[in-house]
Amino acid sequence: MTTIIEPTVFTEDPFTEAAIADPYPFLERLREAGPVSYLEATGTYAIVGYKEVYEVLMDFETYVSSGGLGPRDIREDDAWRPPSILESDPPIHTVMRRALTGVINPGTVRALREPFTLPAVEIVSELAKLDSFDVVTQLAEKYPIRVFPDAVGLPEEGREHLLPYGNMVFNAFGPENYIYQQAFANGDEHSAVVMKLCARESLDDVGFGSKIWDRVKDGLITEEQAALLVRALLSAGVDTTIFGIGNTLSVLARYPEAWQRLRENPTMAKFAIDEALRVESPFQKFHRTVATDTVLGNVHIPAGSKILVFVGAANRDPQKWGDDAAEFSLDRSSSGHVAFGMGLHQCVGQPIARLEMEIVLQEMLEKFETLELDGAPSPLIHNVLRGFDSIPVKVTPSR
Amino acid sequence: MTITAPSKAPATLDTVIESAEKVADEVLSLELRKVDGTDFPAWEPGAHIDVHLGDDLIRQYSVCSTPDDLSVLKIGVLRTPDSRGGSAYVHEHLTPGTALTISAPRNNFPLLKSRKYLFIAGGVGITPMIPMLEQAEAEGKEWVLHYGGRSRTSMAFADELLAKYGPEKILLYANDEDNGLDLNAVLALPRAHMLVYACGPGGMLTAIEELCMGWPPGVLHTERFVAAELGAASSSEPFEVELAQTGGSVKVQPNQSIVDAVEEAGARVLSSCRAGLCGTCETRIISGEPEHRDAVLTQEDKDAGEVMLVCVSRAAAGCSRLVLDL
Ligand code: HEM
Ligand code: FES
Repeated sequence: MTTIIEPTVFTEDPFTEAAIADPYPFLERLREAGPVSYLEATGTYAIVGYKEVYEVLMDFETYVSSGGLGPRDIREDDAWRPPSILESDPPIHTVMRRALTGVINPGTVRALREPFTLPAVEIVSELAKLDSFDVVTQLAEKYPIRVFPDAVGLPEEGREHLLPYGNMVFNAFGPENYIYQQAFANGDEHSAVVMKLCARESLDDVGFGSKIWDRVKDGLITEEQAALLVRALLSAGVDTTIFGIGNTLSVLARYPEAWQRLRENPTMAKFAIDEALRVESPFQKFHRTVATDTVLGNVHIPAGSKILVFVGAANRDPQKWGDDAAEFSLDRSSSGHVAFGMGLHQCVGQPIARLEMEIVLQEMLEKFETLELDGAPSPLIHNVLRGFDSIPVKVTPSR
Repeated sequence: MTITAPSKAPATLDTVIESAEKVADEVLSLELRKVDGTDFPAWEPGAHIDVHLGDDLIRQYSVCSTPDDLSVLKIGVLRTPDSRGGSAYVHEHLTPGTALTISAPRNNFPLLKSRKYLFIAGGVGITPMIPMLEQAEAEGKEWVLHYGGRSRTSMAFADELLAKYGPEKILLYANDEDNGLDLNAVLALPRAHMLVYACGPGGMLTAIEELCMGWPPGVLHTERFVAAELGAASSSEPFEVELAQTGGSVKVQPNQSIVDAVEEAGARVLSSCRAGLCGTCETRIISGEPEHRDAVLTQEDKDAGEVMLVCVSRAAAGCSRLVLDL
């Protein structure tokens, strides 16, 4: 029999600038409060243990998504937008997911390698003329925005709204604090433009967008759902990958011996990316809603509660990854990390994100003999994503 | 179910047919005992045996008796239009008292631990399910079987299962009674902690794979009912994987995935779901013929044979060596 324990009440707010700018000391203190604790500031439960996070992600009947990924139950309040695939449960989720996986899968993504390579070569070749540059503004923010909208089949016009829109969507997974307010400045305009981009007539005939719309003809999904699925790609597919690229390079800039090993053996790039996603997970945390009274990590959680799932903490849980969990290691098998989620809602865009990151890293490894930090990276203040505004680096070009 | 097998066979067992009984239209159920009267080696639900029907003619059939009684092995054989006449031979020549050479039971379709199970069988695809149901029941799991066929008279063991487990757990569907198996309805609502096990004709499994794209990655486990003339099936023999990048090669045992074998040997391969659903472990094939068991590659990709998902896919029968870009 498990003994039910009272959760430790943790008084620090996870959504303050200090906890966001330097999340890991904060997460260590939170971990000391146990794998499941109660967050006084937000009235939610914090889940930080790998085992507990995994259980939440697998048990989508007890820990539902239809209450939204933010701290409020979107079924009770007026949500700021119609719910997405991410904010739905079966059976609504089921048809949407079928439509999306039918369109985005390893087969369809493989065809993107060629069109995704040239822009990376161009961007990195320009950087190779410099001794120092900013990984974020001169590379990470440039690359996905060049290749991903093409893959979806978007027109040129309106693309500039994608980044601010993604910023809104993800910040809304946190509380309505000043970070949220800033993200939502001009929100109506960004939403309106992006919604228009999702319409069938805005999309070309070859991209993922039109393939999703084809499923309306089959009768699998409604027109409204098709537009929502295209919107899901546009909101979930840009920022995350930008941070994925930036975070990976920020880690590698701190591990020169790993850079050397990767240059000698560039096929290891994908392992390096996977391990970097584990230690610096771009999507750090999101909420679930508890559908029925439950016990998690010996803590009783009543129905209707919101829980805050710290995937970024699970990915550094020493019980799962060992005492050096916080260290990047090329020799570690990072298989099982939850940076892309797990189970029912596991990231659909995973093969695209991995492809983009791998192409960029391969190109960087080829062009640069060394890559080092040239000053401290400046963390981005964001409610749930982990990334940087700026990562200054010094490089030596390959001879 | 029947699958074409490699002509090179493993160690064999000498058996004699104890009974041969017609249990449905075109389905013959055979009970085998060892000639020397000893027990068969232990086996687990989902296992199959190779049956040697002639010099070069080997067919594989799922075992449908109970692993609790190792004195007999039971298989169910559907008569199919098989170019080489495997099942016709079984139906015409195998009578009680006939000697029959078989392999020890081996398992490519094991029942993994889960809290809940959804079983789906089409036609003679019921056979591997029978011991699975027994195990799920014995372990007190929540489970249900959806079993469809052309007509009730074509559905082997249906009445027996219904009597044993009752109509809440055994749902029968017959096309000619206008209540054919509606896969859409059966798979409409994904459940947490539930695995889906399916065995039946290719068309049915393809439909199930598509529907399961809306389920969590990794829940679906299938065994393809391959008519003899359709393509190669996987070998239940160990095979060799040569690692072109890393150098060296590893042996993959029948109960092991390529990913497991490669990792055990200390080499690396990127994986995530380890269930043939996310595509992370896609690997380029330099030479050799794969048997694809994933649910992500399109049929075109599978036919092209240039890449494979090494967490689930294996070497095809008759292919003892794969050279992979690992
Ligand atoms: C490194 C980059 C990325 C990371 C770290 C990431 C992370 C995640 C995570 C953690 C989830 C699960 C959330 C949950 O369980 O509630 C998720 C879901 C999702 N992601 Fe990603 N993602 C990335 C890139 C992408 C890309 C490029 C796309 C678009 C092509 C995308 C589209 C989606 C969609 C549509 C879902 C919802 C799936 C569902 O609810 O069934 N993601 N992602
Ligand atoms: S690891 Fe997911 S398909 Fe192989």
